[in-house]
Amino acid sequence: MNAFNQIRRNDQPIYLDYQATTPMDPRVLEAMMPYFTYKFGNAHSRSHSYGWEAEEGVEKARAQIAKLIGADEKEVIYTSGATESNNLAIKGVADFYKDRRNHIVTTVTEHKCVLDTCRHLEQEGFTVTYLPVQKNGLIDLDVLREAVTDKTVVVSIMAVNNEIGVIQPLAEIGKICRAKGAFFHTDAAQAVGKIPLDVEAMNIDLMSISGHKIYGPKGIGALYVRRKPRVRLAAMIHGGGQERGFRSGTLPTPLCVGIGEACEIAMKEMDAEAKRLTKLRDRMLKGLNAKLTEIYVNGDLEHRIPGNLNISFAHVEGESLMMGIKGLSVSSGSACTSASLEPSYVLRALGVEVEMAHTSLRIGLGRFTTEQEVDTAVAELVHHVTKLREMSPLWEMSQEGIDIKSIEWAAH
Amino acid sequence: MAYSEKLIDHYENPRNIGSLDKNSEDVGTGLVGAPACGDVMKLQIKVGPDGLIEDAKFKTFGCGSAIASSSLVTEWVKGKTIDEAETIKNTDIAKHLALPPVKIHCSVLAEDAIKAAIADYRAKLSVKKDESKEAAE
Repeated sequence: MNAFNQIRRNDQPIYLDYQATTPMDPRVLEAMMPYFTYKFGNAHSRSHSYGWEAEEGVEKARAQIAKLIGADEKEVIYTSGATESNNLAIKGVADFYKDRRNHIVTTVTEHKCVLDTCRHLEQEGFTVTYLPVQKNGLIDLDVLREAVTDKTVVVSIMAVNNEIGVIQPLAEIGKICRAKGAFFHTDAAQAVGKIPLDVEAMNIDLMSISGHKIYGPKGIGALYVRRKPRVRLAAMIHGGGQERGFRSGTLPTPLCVGIGEACEIAMKEMDAEAKRLTKLRDRMLKGLNAKLTEIYVNGDLEHRIPGNLNISFAHVEGESLMMGIKGLSVSSGSACTSASLEPSYVLRALGVEVEMAHTSLRIGLGRFTTEQEVDTAVAELVHHVTKLREMSPLWEMSQEGIDIKSIEWAAH
Repeated sequence: MAYSEKLIDHYENPRNIGSLDKNSEDVGTGLVGAPACGDVMKLQIKVGPDGLIEDAKFKTFGCGSAIASSSLVTEWVKGKTIDEAETIKNTDIAKHLALPPVKIHCSVLAEDAIKAAIADYRAKLSVKKDESKEAAE
């Protein structure tokens, strides 16, 4: 029996947006339940068994997180999620070392919470270098090598991109950072539990982790902060001095237990799950290619997590396609789906033409995706792409051999 | 985004999809928008000898609102004179489909498409008149 059936109602669409969030694994919920009920103590209470019990849950979970990334449990602190972890890592390090180093290196395809944090630090007087990416979405290590100087305090490069799923060469980046004495922070929200990560082998100094991307609860995340050599951070939330003083506030025990359990399950099942998802992804791509021409995968297919596809369906606008495939929940890089009316900046950074960015869908597969769901999704996509192409003037022109770029379009 | 029933109906059952012969004298073609902006509309009208629009066809690349707006205007222009068709306002389209504010530009594009098709038809007509005048002289 599919564990997801316990959560998903039959009248709900097929969920194919696992990079946005994941359903909680029922095993995670089970582990959390006692901490919502009879084990309700404050993990910081030292004088009675309620507190000790809660503390035990929180510390076991901390060890589970640490183990998944090859860290020591003392190096893991809890936060509210990857956004907070990214803010704390970058602002914390920048602020603490600002008298010595004032330069930050990141990439143009980072998540908004990293880019916006960097913009904020620019206003505070820091210099930020935004590295471009290559056509496949990966950074050029030579460009990175040149960008890092003895003034660079931190290099923040995401492990796996949230839109296109590509995996950056973490070990090589770590080596470059270590050689230049800059800290290496990686936003690993999309990577943890999906690909093997080792903070020692990869020379990672700071790593952001999210609970809800790994079948754990929302509202919890973690930040790995290296102890040897020690990385120091200026705290953003002040108070009782919990979490080594980096992040005050009473820990949400059930959520901590949840993210820990999620890490443990991911660690056990990662290899088998990666193989299963790769098969499903190949099946989907093969199915689409068999029935549709002019579809393009955005981002490197080889250096990519198994559960992600980002595809441009030429001459079909993304939002209209999503309106058609009502039985599927996916997301689009089209402008029409964003409040800003700008197409995906990640796809633009790869050099994907604006018109192709408008036609892209992000399809995320995960732990509860079945072969049958993939087949249904392929059939639905093929049907609606074909239908929409029949009503697309661009498809008509392309079939007639007219080069769409040769037409002088009036911008509006 | 929550769309109105009318909009969804036009998206799911678009009226008058297709193409007319763009080289025909009694057909006016409007092609507006830009692929880079995410919407392109092609709207064509066929004008009968009585001066009434007897057929209209469209093809649209764009979001659901753009498809619905162009489908709707093909329905509206049929049976009208070109002068009447020219008075269709984007605000009428937006109101009829209950377009959300962020989608108003789709109705503007549909209005532009009608105007462009009419302008194309008129241009063909004046060439024809010139030719027949020359022939008479």
